[in-house]
Amino acid sequence: MAAPALSIRGLTKVYANHHQALKGIDLEVADGDFFALLGPNGAGKSTTLGIICSLVNKTAGKVEIFGIDIDRDFSKAKYALGVVPQEFNFNQFEKVEDIVLAQAGYYGIPLRRAKPRARQLLEDLGLADKRDTPARMLSGGMKRRLMIARALIHQPRLLILDEPTAGVDIELRRSMWEYMQRINREEGTTIILTTHYLEEAESLCRNIAIINRGEIVENTSMRALLGQLDVETFVLDLAAPLESVPEIEGFAVARLDPSQLSLSVSRGQRINDAFAALTAQGIEVVSMRNRANRLEELFVALVEDKQGGKGGIR
Amino acid sequence: MNAQQTLIALWTIVVREIRRFMRIWPQTLLPPSITMAMYFLIFGNLIGSRVGEMDGFDYIDYIVPGLIMMSVITNSYSNVASSFFGNKFQRSVEELIVSPMQGWTILTGFIAGGAARGLLVGLIVTLVSMFFTRLEVVHPLLTCLVVVLTATLFSIGGFINALMANKFDDISIVPIFVLTPLTYLGGVFYSIHTLPEFWQHVSLLNPILYMVNTFRFGILGVSDIAVGWALVAIVGFNVLFFAVALRMLNRGKGIRH
Repeated sequence: MAAPALSIRGLTKVYANHHQALKGIDLEVADGDFFALLGPNGAGKSTTLGIICSLVNKTAGKVEIFGIDIDRDFSKAKYALGVVPQEFNFNQFEKVEDIVLAQAGYYGIPLRRAKPRARQLLEDLGLADKRDTPARMLSGGMKRRLMIARALIHQPRLLILDEPTAGVDIELRRSMWEYMQRINREEGTTIILTTHYLEEAESLCRNIAIINRGEIVENTSMRALLGQLDVETFVLDLAAPLESVPEIEGFAVARLDPSQLSLSVSRGQRINDAFAALTAQGIEVVSMRNRANRLEELFVALVEDKQGGKGGIR
Repeated sequence: MNAQQTLIALWTIVVREIRRFMRIWPQTLLPPSITMAMYFLIFGNLIGSRVGEMDGFDYIDYIVPGLIMMSVITNSYSNVASSFFGNKFQRSVEELIVSPMQGWTILTGFIAGGAARGLLVGLIVTLVSMFFTRLEVVHPLLTCLVVVLTATLFSIGGFINALMANKFDDISIVPIFVLTPLTYLGGVFYSIHTLPEFWQHVSLLNPILYMVNTFRFGILGVSDIAVGWALVAIVGFNVLFFAVALRMLNRGKGIRH
């Protein structure tokens, strides 16, 4: 059986100010997976990724990348790893292509091999015409793409993306995800993603872990997690405004404004029954959408549950 | 990483460092040339002609080796301190940390870059000095050896400073308050034999005195101290500082949480 792309056992981190950022977490990411690591700010995501990339010293625990212990052969382990961090971390005064080529050099790749690869990556990521531009002259989205090109120059088997689409416009975000899905599918690159855009995680990732207060509170497949959802809330746009809230037996209905209703559908209920009841009362629905992203509902519920608040999943 | 990959990685850092200081040559190469030309003109020619001889040499001939060494020390140190701290400040140091390079490769690359600037500035200052006097090198090999060892030693010093620095002020404190006084009091402008006996003994505690005098011995053939021991001390300091810097780097001092 092939070694997992990432295996973490008992990972603990206590900072100098005695804050325990990680409380002995275990995590495994399969080779070829597209994996989401989610959590609220300060939950321990960046600390976990920082330890994997050796930007943070761990207090205890074991990290293996494709079966290679980072404490025993960090050089070999790092060769398999590509990182796109949250913050821009390149020399702003250097030219785009120089930044990518320097990274290739750090991995011991000869210039004659690095140059065509760098050019291809810059082409793929829409930066071909910017290769002689100093990095500081790029827009925010271009800088993010530059970091992706740099992370991929040595063809890593495991790519870590730490909120790579923060502040990136929708069109660019979509093209970035199409590219990531392509390298995951065609080149078999394992991808670990952290993001605050939960709809991204839901549509891209096959497996997910949610971390909160230094502990893994959920680690399962995306399908299984979404299957835990007890109640889904929909927003219904009406053809004509209503004076009062209609009553539908068994369903929780609320009026958001005269032309909009919210409808909560519990597990086991049929949404058709709600539509039939509305139609019987002469209410015409012109469109419908999820009130919140499904993963977002679960995420909030899991985090609140852990913090002693209300829980919304079984 | 195998040996070939390590060499490529090392070369990448060295080339990047050299490109950096060449790109900003008006800040890195020009100022020391102008400053030293002023020293040669004012202290060497104008005031020096009234000072007379020092250890049997015209005053300008006596101070040229010290001033070359002063340029090498200052530029080697500040190159690595500002470059590595700049990498920390811009977080581009993370490019190095996440790469498979060993700590010694990173350290050696930055030392080589710093030494390259120190030696290049030393060469420029030497060329400038030729407008004011004629230099004849008595011991060329020793001269080259000691200038290279001094450049590497202060490059390592700059690296340690950059690792420990949290803000830009922290990388200017050592050059201003430590290096400059030690260099000025390290026999650049005078022989310690001109000092009262007590201050001669105090001067022997200044490590820069040994480098300046060994370099001067290489060029003029005169020194205030025993050159052999001085050379051993310089090599020893290189080894010690390299080990300290490497340990700090491997432990992630100042660059990892």
